[in-house]
Amino acid sequence: MNQPLLKQPEDIWGERADLEVLTFSIEGETFAIEAVLVQEILDLLPETAVPGSKPFVASVINFRGKVIPLADIRLAFGMGAAEKTIDSRIIVIELPLEGERTLVGLRTDKVYEVTTFSRAASEQPPSVGMRWRPDYINCLIRRGSEFVILPNLSAIFTSQPDANLKGISRNNVIELSKDF
Amino acid sequence: MTILDPIQVFRTEAAELFEQIESGLLDLLHDLSNQGQIDAVFRGLHTLKGSGAMFGFEALAAFTHHCETAFDRVRKGEVPATSELIAAVLEAQDHMRRLVDNPATAFPETGDRLLAKLEAAVGSNAAMPQSSDHAPSSAKVEEPSTATWQIDFSLPANAMANGTNPLGLLDEMAELGECTIAVNTSAIPALDVIDPANLYLSWSVTLTTDQPRSAIDDVFIFVMDDMDIQVKKISPDTKGSTEIVPPPAPVEEAAKANPAAAQANGDGKQSKSAENVRVPAERLDELMDRVGELVIAQSRLSQLANTSVDIQLRSVSEDVERLSGELRDTMMVLRMVPIAQLFSRFRRLTHDLARETGKQIELVTEGESTEVDKAVIERLADPLVHLVRNSCDHGLETPEERIAAGKKPAGQVTLVARQTGGDVTITIRDDGRGIDRQRVRAKAESSGLIAAGATLTDQELLQLIFEPGFSTAAQVTNLSGRGVGMDVVKKTIEALRGSINVTSAPGAGSEITLAIPLTLAIIDGLLVRVGTGCYVIPLSAVEECLELSPENDVKSRGRSFISLRESLVPFIRLRELFHTGTKPDQFQKVVVISTGSERVGLVVDQIIGDHQTVIKAMSKLHHDVATFSGATILGDGSVALILDVGHLVTAGQQQEAQMRIAG
Repeated sequence: MNQPLLKQPEDIWGERADLEVLTFSIEGETFAIEAVLVQEILDLLPETAVPGSKPFVASVINFRGKVIPLADIRLAFGMGAAEKTIDSRIIVIELPLEGERTLVGLRTDKVYEVTTFSRAASEQPPSVGMRWRPDYINCLIRRGSEFVILPNLSAIFTSQPDANLKGISRNNVIELSKDF
Repeated sequence: MTILDPIQVFRTEAAELFEQIESGLLDLLHDLSNQGQIDAVFRGLHTLKGSGAMFGFEALAAFTHHCETAFDRVRKGEVPATSELIAAVLEAQDHMRRLVDNPATAFPETGDRLLAKLEAAVGSNAAMPQSSDHAPSSAKVEEPSTATWQIDFSLPANAMANGTNPLGLLDEMAELGECTIAVNTSAIPALDVIDPANLYLSWSVTLTTDQPRSAIDDVFIFVMDDMDIQVKKISPDTKGSTEIVPPPAPVEEAAKANPAAAQANGDGKQSKSAENVRVPAERLDELMDRVGELVIAQSRLSQLANTSVDIQLRSVSEDVERLSGELRDTMMVLRMVPIAQLFSRFRRLTHDLARETGKQIELVTEGESTEVDKAVIERLADPLVHLVRNSCDHGLETPEERIAAGKKPAGQVTLVARQTGGDVTITIRDDGRGIDRQRVRAKAESSGLIAAGATLTDQELLQLIFEPGFSTAAQVTNLSGRGVGMDVVKKTIEALRGSINVTSAPGAGSEITLAIPLTLAIIDGLLVRVGTGCYVIPLSAVEECLELSPENDVKSRGRSFISLRESLVPFIRLRELFHTGTKPDQFQKVVVISTGSERVGLVVDQIIGDHQTVIKAMSKLHHDVATFSGATILGDGSVALILDVGHLVTAGQQQEAQMRIAG
């Protein structure tokens, strides 16, 4: 594992004072990811469960003739499975994984907008009083009385534990496969 | 678009030239007097030298120059083409390859040694007029001693941009004899429309020379294809007629000048390089993806059309269906290349092997036009090299042994490619001594592969040669015999989803047959349903499908075996393995799959049918899932996973072993 705990917000801001992001909601929380990573926003597609895979990437979808994994970051933040609504969308992003650019779909409840965040509004996640793993969060952005979460995608995607070796004992696969 | 690295472009070009030179040289071996091939080789060497110098491969250019000189003399008839010379040039060519790939790794001493060899090959055979004085040979007597020629020529306007220097041509003609050169400037346009890069001049030359007509043609040999030239003989009027060469170059000269045409004349093996387009494989893959999407969109369209009453919509939908189907078929064909590409390498290999071992080896190839996926060809190259080496080294006997055994002195290695259904079979056959079963057995026993005195079928015995670390060669040659080959060969073939088979008759030779799918990108699969999900089982692994009768189903709860023609086959319930959580269908089916001799049954809910699928790799995030080897996209756009047969069979066998232990 790389050391996500040491990851500083500087990594994402670099020299920039502003960051263009896409905001979306999962379970009532607002998240944002860098807009440059986003390839496409899709309506829900038929999903194919992959028995035996990590629950975090339990299924694959057909994205323009490519088979790409569909990830559910709500599992990384300890949220439960959600109902599909008319607002549900899949955000396809391109991530460097083990040195290879990989397309991954992210399941979201609702996609809001592309907007610009200023560095001045960013804050380090508090070390206490938060129910989420701090290394999964790059920074928080103050917006009025609310906070927007900038998840640390590389930490989330590299630190998901493997399924029990090669075993095939995953229960949540069932719910996911039944939807279509 | 990507900008190509010029060095890389040169390397690609050089690789093509090497291929062309090599095939020319090898053809020459069979017919030493084939002027067409001599010219082809000379032109290849010349181009290599020129391009090499242009791209900064100075060492290559300097080295190639010597080979070119040698071949120039052959071409002019000063020295005959001999097998020594050809062998020397072939060897020199390997040095050139090193110079192209990585000049730093090529030792100058090697080059010098090769040049000495080349010199010897040319020198020792110069039984004809001594070439050391470098004066042009006067051996040719067809032409009268001195003649005067009128040569009018003009070059294409872009000749200089393409690197032709007319001054060089004129200088070369001046070397042939006394000449008067007049330039024709009438075609020069007005100053304001002149393009400084263009050539507007044409020349007429009066040349008096003791050289034959062919010497004049040689001056223009590299530009002849695009230029206008007229050569007239003015005096002496020996034949009483003037010889007029109409533009463009005369047919036989054109044939000589054009290596492709020369090859076509030579042995009927057309090299179609001029008509081919090089396309990076990724672009083909991209196109393949697009076509896949199109097929999916089309299937949605036809679903819509089928529920509609609009006749016009339905007819358009049918057209689109037909076209996209054809497009997909064409796409598949694009990836296919003739296996001749692969076989041509073996001519060189057997030539080298024959020299190294002192055996006489004749290589026969059949079915070179069989087309195989490019990726398969690339991965087949190494195993095939190994197999051919084995045949030559272990299989074939020395000429003396062969004569003693009543065979003709030259051993024959035959490479046959044939398409059978979705597979291509490649056969490597030799008429050598065959596999010595006693020695295989002794070796296997001594290395502990089999128990002493174990009963084995003939096929089992022969298959032992594919075991790791197995080699029966009494002495290790530098060709083969280190026992690191055959198991690697087998692994590679299996990785290509192929199979390998050996037959051998003592004293009459051996035959190794590889059966490999035509393409890695597509498999024939059996589409099955387990719970709500569809899965693909590679059809090549499927042995049979049968119904799991309800009583068998209940009976087998405890032990997971079915008896299939007196043998027990373990089975895996995919519904349980995948935790589908659905109720089983009333009539469960068993698909029996196998790898080699091991079998396992897969219990599925429904067998949907045969399905030809394009294989898609799974992302890194799913590399930990061993049950699936890939995924594919079905006609309705949904994804189906492809089962990894090897893994499932192993899992089934482990389950069997555990059951046995449990009693």
